[in-house]
Amino acid sequence: MSLLSVNGLSRRFGGLLAVDGASLQVPAGAITGLIGPNGAGKTTLFALISGFLEPSAGSVEFDGQDVTREAPHLRARRGIARTFQIVQPFAGLSVRDNIAVGAYLRHPGRAEALVRAEAVAREVGLGSMLDGPASALTVAGRKRLELARALATEPRLLLLDEVLAGLNPSEVRDILPVIRTIRDRGVTILMIEHVMQAVMNLCDHVHVLAQGRMIAEGAPRAVCADPVVIEAYLGHGAADRIKAEAPHA
Amino acid sequence: MSARDIAAPVLLVAVLAVLPFFASGTMLNFLVSALIVALGAQGWNLLAGFGGQLSFGHAAFFGTGAYVTALLQIRFGINAWAGMAAGIALGAVVGWVIGFLSFRARLRGSYFALVTLAFAEVLRILANAADFTGGAAGLLIRLQPGFGNLQFPDRGVFLWLVLGCILFVLLLTASIERSRFGAQLVAVRENEDAARALGVDVLATKLKAISLSAAITAAAGCLYMQNFLYLDANIAYGTWISVEVLIASIIGGLGTVLGPVVGALALHGLGEATKLVSGQITGIDLAIFGAVLILSVAFAPNGVMGLRRLFKGRAG
Repeated sequence: MSLLSVNGLSRRFGGLLAVDGASLQVPAGAITGLIGPNGAGKTTLFALISGFLEPSAGSVEFDGQDVTREAPHLRARRGIARTFQIVQPFAGLSVRDNIAVGAYLRHPGRAEALVRAEAVAREVGLGSMLDGPASALTVAGRKRLELARALATEPRLLLLDEVLAGLNPSEVRDILPVIRTIRDRGVTILMIEHVMQAVMNLCDHVHVLAQGRMIAEGAPRAVCADPVVIEAYLGHGAADRIKAEAPHA
Repeated sequence: MSARDIAAPVLLVAVLAVLPFFASGTMLNFLVSALIVALGAQGWNLLAGFGGQLSFGHAAFFGTGAYVTALLQIRFGINAWAGMAAGIALGAVVGWVIGFLSFRARLRGSYFALVTLAFAEVLRILANAADFTGGAAGLLIRLQPGFGNLQFPDRGVFLWLVLGCILFVLLLTASIERSRFGAQLVAVRENEDAARALGVDVLATKLKAISLSAAITAAAGCLYMQNFLYLDANIAYGTWISVEVLIASIIGGLGTVLGPVVGALALHGLGEATKLVSGQITGIDLAIFGAVLILSVAFAPNGVMGLRRLFKGRAG
């Protein structure tokens, strides 16, 4: 049973077809990966799913309901939360108040919202920074804050846009279990990621987007070995060259 | 709200409220004028300080409050209190309409500021031209002291009325600051996209803020009318009030509960003091306002309230 269903979604910017008839299913309770070379249209696809952009064609269904033309804040109320690739903290606020804005979505009272914000902060490892200003966080801290704010809305589907980009290997290692725990609590995750170590480790299923089109899908290991995927990243003929060189290696 | 949130506003208002027992008539006149600006500034601060939507046309709301109060009394013989209530309500409506038109069009920053200025100017020109609003001659309310007419022979009583309004808005602002609406409003100020992603209805939040903001500034307009009993288009819809509420809030501390009141008192106190020292050079107080604004933005961007926090922080 898929929680999110994207059907033939397209988005045109003038002469550029950024997303071209992309379809994908995200099964409930799983971590689904979305990979692809730079400029493939991954973030645009996320914007279409979360409502920040309107598609030129196609539809988005969440939990069986058509949400294609719904405003972002209404989708958030339905349970779709997203993080931003370029982090967007409320820079003038404390970490606690940042997360509380997310928590207020389901908890109208201040006391409950703050309690909830604190719990989420501890879950993602920001417990000690609660009272500091968001602007004082490191890159890794800001990525965690993105994650915490989205989680505080108590989503059913979490869209993670490169939450691991810019982190060093040990920071990546620290955050992988956090993401897995979120999944284990029953939150479905769709993640854009370039860090292949994470994709291999976390994802149950991977979709590959290149030049706006879905070119492959499958288990992470199978997708990485797929010649079509290798060529999308490394250029035409790359798969054959790698195969030809393999015996000498 | 906790006792601590209430303590500072109540204390500030209480100190001002005992002044009628000591102060001279001139002093009371000065206080009433300064506090009317303070009330208008409280309205501006709610939208601009908390919501980040910098309006340059709060005269539109101030003037609407003043004109509605006056017109209902003069043209329709309606009670002054009812006139004030209507003025506040209509001010809120004008705020909502201006907000709807500009926020729907996604105007932000200086574009929003310019559009609000344009709305206020249009209203000023219309009010100046129409016979109904008294045209260029303005409107005069007959002097008829009495509680029902919202005119008091004792200046102190009027001061208390203004202070009552200010206290109400101080407590309202303090409670908004600690509410979901307040958190969402600040989130919109800080980053609209991030707020939207967290389920905040950005347009609805801004409209709520501008309506409330307009209602408060309209109340200041109503009180202005009842205090001076005269207005014309250049007073009611003039840029002077748009500028004064903005400077008072910035000097006092943007997005703080007490800032606008502290700022308006400091600014007007300074203005009066320079007039005394300089011996009535026309416009010298405005020149001082400008200088203070530049100094404040350069060295104390969080205003007087920010300075206080700075000292607190240093003390430990």
